[in-house]
Amino acid sequence: MIRLERRLQQPWWLSVAVPVGSLAVAFAIMAVVLLASGHEVVDTYRKIVEAGFTGNGALSATLVSATPILFTGLAAAAAFRMELFNIGAEGQLYLGAIGASWIALQLGDHGAGSTPLFVVSMCAAAAVLGALWALIPGVLKAFANTNEIITSLMLNYVAGLLLTYLIYDSASYWRDTSTLQARAFPQGKPMPSAAEWPSFGSNVVVPLGFAIGVGVAVVLWFVYSRTRFGFEVSVIADSPRAARYAGMRTRRKILAVMAISGAVAGIGGASQVAEFSHTLDGSPQGLQAAAFGYTGIVVAALARYNPLAVCLVAVLIGGLLNAGFTLQGADFPSGLVGVMQGIILFCALGGELLIRYRLTLRRRSRTHVEGGTTPEAAA
Amino acid sequence: MRGITKRFPGVLANDDVTFEAAAGEVHALLGENGAGKTTLSNILTGLYRQDEGDVELYGETVRFHSPRDALDAGVCMVHQHFRLVAPFTVAENVVLGDHRKEASFFLHGRSTERAVAELGERYGLDVPPRAKIWQLSVGEQQRVEILKALYREARILIMDEPTAVLTPQEAVALFATLRSMAEEGKTVIFISHKLHEVKAVADRVTVLRGGRTIETVAASGATPQSLAALMVGREIEVLRPLEEARQLADVLALEIEGVTVPGDRGEIAVRNVSFSVREGEIVGIAGVAGNGQRELAEAISGMRDIRGGTVRVGGRALRGGDPRESILAGVSHVPEDRLGTGLAPSLSVTNNVAIKTYRGRSLSHGPLLALRRMRDAALGIIRRYDVKTPTPETPVRNLSGGNLQKLVLGREFEDHPLVLVVAQPTRGLDVGAIETVHAYLRDAAASGVAILLLSEDLDEIRALADRILVMYEGEVVGELRAGHASIEEIGLLMAGGRGA
Repeated sequence: MIRLERRLQQPWWLSVAVPVGSLAVAFAIMAVVLLASGHEVVDTYRKIVEAGFTGNGALSATLVSATPILFTGLAAAAAFRMELFNIGAEGQLYLGAIGASWIALQLGDHGAGSTPLFVVSMCAAAAVLGALWALIPGVLKAFANTNEIITSLMLNYVAGLLLTYLIYDSASYWRDTSTLQARAFPQGKPMPSAAEWPSFGSNVVVPLGFAIGVGVAVVLWFVYSRTRFGFEVSVIADSPRAARYAGMRTRRKILAVMAISGAVAGIGGASQVAEFSHTLDGSPQGLQAAAFGYTGIVVAALARYNPLAVCLVAVLIGGLLNAGFTLQGADFPSGLVGVMQGIILFCALGGELLIRYRLTLRRRSRTHVEGGTTPEAAA
Repeated sequence: MRGITKRFPGVLANDDVTFEAAAGEVHALLGENGAGKTTLSNILTGLYRQDEGDVELYGETVRFHSPRDALDAGVCMVHQHFRLVAPFTVAENVVLGDHRKEASFFLHGRSTERAVAELGERYGLDVPPRAKIWQLSVGEQQRVEILKALYREARILIMDEPTAVLTPQEAVALFATLRSMAEEGKTVIFISHKLHEVKAVADRVTVLRGGRTIETVAASGATPQSLAALMVGREIEVLRPLEEARQLADVLALEIEGVTVPGDRGEIAVRNVSFSVREGEIVGIAGVAGNGQRELAEAISGMRDIRGGTVRVGGRALRGGDPRESILAGVSHVPEDRLGTGLAPSLSVTNNVAIKTYRGRSLSHGPLLALRRMRDAALGIIRRYDVKTPTPETPVRNLSGGNLQKLVLGREFEDHPLVLVVAQPTRGLDVGAIETVHAYLRDAAASGVAILLLSEDLDEIRALADRILVMYEGEVVGELRAGHASIEEIGLLMAGGRGA
């Protein structure tokens, strides 16, 4: 019989051994799946590493995949550090995309042409809208003590429907109605060309969004570890009663943290519009199907809510996602790619359990006690 | 239990402990906090596993992997904090989790109620089986816990500091129950650090100190002084009541006028209470747990709203319900719940020292923290108040109870308060630490701090307080001056008998 027992102490080497072990287990399970479905194991693994990291241009593509989940991962980490479970990065990212595309279209209409102006104003508009969207569950949490997990999650669906409505079901400012074709097949207005964010590097192309994300991570790390605000957040996370006892303003902190989290997710939406779609993507099969917000939660959890670690994990997960795109084809169904990604995430998160608990194996047995006055039951 | 050794990171909690209790005896386990009593009982109840040594029950070596194994073997523990489900009835709580009956799926309501009533009669544990737990007093809830153990046919019952929540009269009734259980051949292990109780109820006493067994002695041949000496390893003073209230200047630091405070469920917990505390005075509030003392302390410290009346600190009225307002007015609060309210458990000693003062000029530059100065402040308190911690970065949850309390007291004293509200300052502390805490409180009073001392330990209140107020059901039912307060009189007031 297998039992879980809580560890009383956590040796330091566990935090290295467990992630490595989890990955090894994941690859072992995947090997079984691959063999069963008639694929070459070693060859597939080689392809994953090549497509995700080592191949020609692979790292550039990986950074593209990593950018949105870097932002949503940071958003989740920022909130989860205060034990505030904002599951709404998904919706806050949509709102960020709506805000960024609105300001970019506005600036375009007024003939602005300077890219730095576009970058700054798109980030600002996206951050504001993302923050406001996150403040809805934030206000409810702070003043009515509603469960932020449920409210922020539900708002994701509202945000998704809003996105679809703006492009598909209305003649909104965002919708392109200039041509006959665009009126028949709904799509967003194209962004002005100055709204396209630049990228750097020649061998490895780094999107500006990724660089901004790393900057945000450094700022978050500094704020959470070196400021009075961060100190208050850590006390509230550990013991809300102690925070209240010490005279901290918990409500304001809930609002501030939700706003920060929403703003970061919102900037992720701006980067999507400015770097990849160049229009507001309202399709339920587009931005909404990518589920960046939910993947971000996994990224944050694997990084243990450390903003700097989020950067690293986002690149790793981005590589896996990217490898998935490359692998799938006629002889490699996309479902199998999903299975592989699922196994890796499952093992990585499951391994976390082993840091806190230990497994013990023992036989089903009775506790024999002399005398027999105690009724015994099988353990 | 033979040669039990249990190590925790940096601590040897049990070091080759040997402990034997016979069937049919009440065996007291006496020791300071940190002596290893709790660790030992956690091993016996299957919560921890020993690193070395054997546990034998009735001559057979057993190895428990979980509390359930221990329950199956007939070892039951009544914890300080009860494990009862408030909306369930007494009978339902008694059968709850008794997996011997799970196979039958149905709850046999009637028959368990009858069984519970019978058990209650046999052992003098009078509780109505159909009453809901939340309707019962703390003393009655404790009886339900004991009934639970009896219903499961426990042969070994461990009681962890059972009298902390009882009036002196209820404690006497509990002792009678424990004796009658022992007469039937059951073993009662009675964990305590109160010497006169141990003497009153136990047949034999095993004293632990620093994780080792010191001696097992017959209770009849021991005196409180001899037990205390075994416990601490040196002669110590047994608490003696203050003979006379000290002479003090008539400057009021804390004034409470007709104050009414709501409880956790919106009921009235403190009703129209009035009193005052002068500078340098120690006023003790006695009462059975749950009679409004905690709510009163929380109202003064701003943790709880004030529904009626006024609280004045240094002449300034508080709006109430805002801890920061109280802190700024000069109130320091040493809460009953040190770890969780007074301290943030996973944060370091340094961060906990700065938990209030991080806002001030001395520990921050604008929005940034002055990390070096935070560490220096922590080192200062560690040194001056003799807090034993491996490093200032150690999470406070790894500190012992006595060191936690020294840390909280040190932090609060350094704040130079006008009024110090102290709740259960020595609960769970060892004799040595109690002496230190009492000395700190006396020093603070001597320097002019007005101290409101809430305690369930009457010896402590009588030893420190210039005046004693007794609370019952949210009201102050009596006021006694130091030197004119007998235990019996206070006990009577605590149980609701008005007069005096």
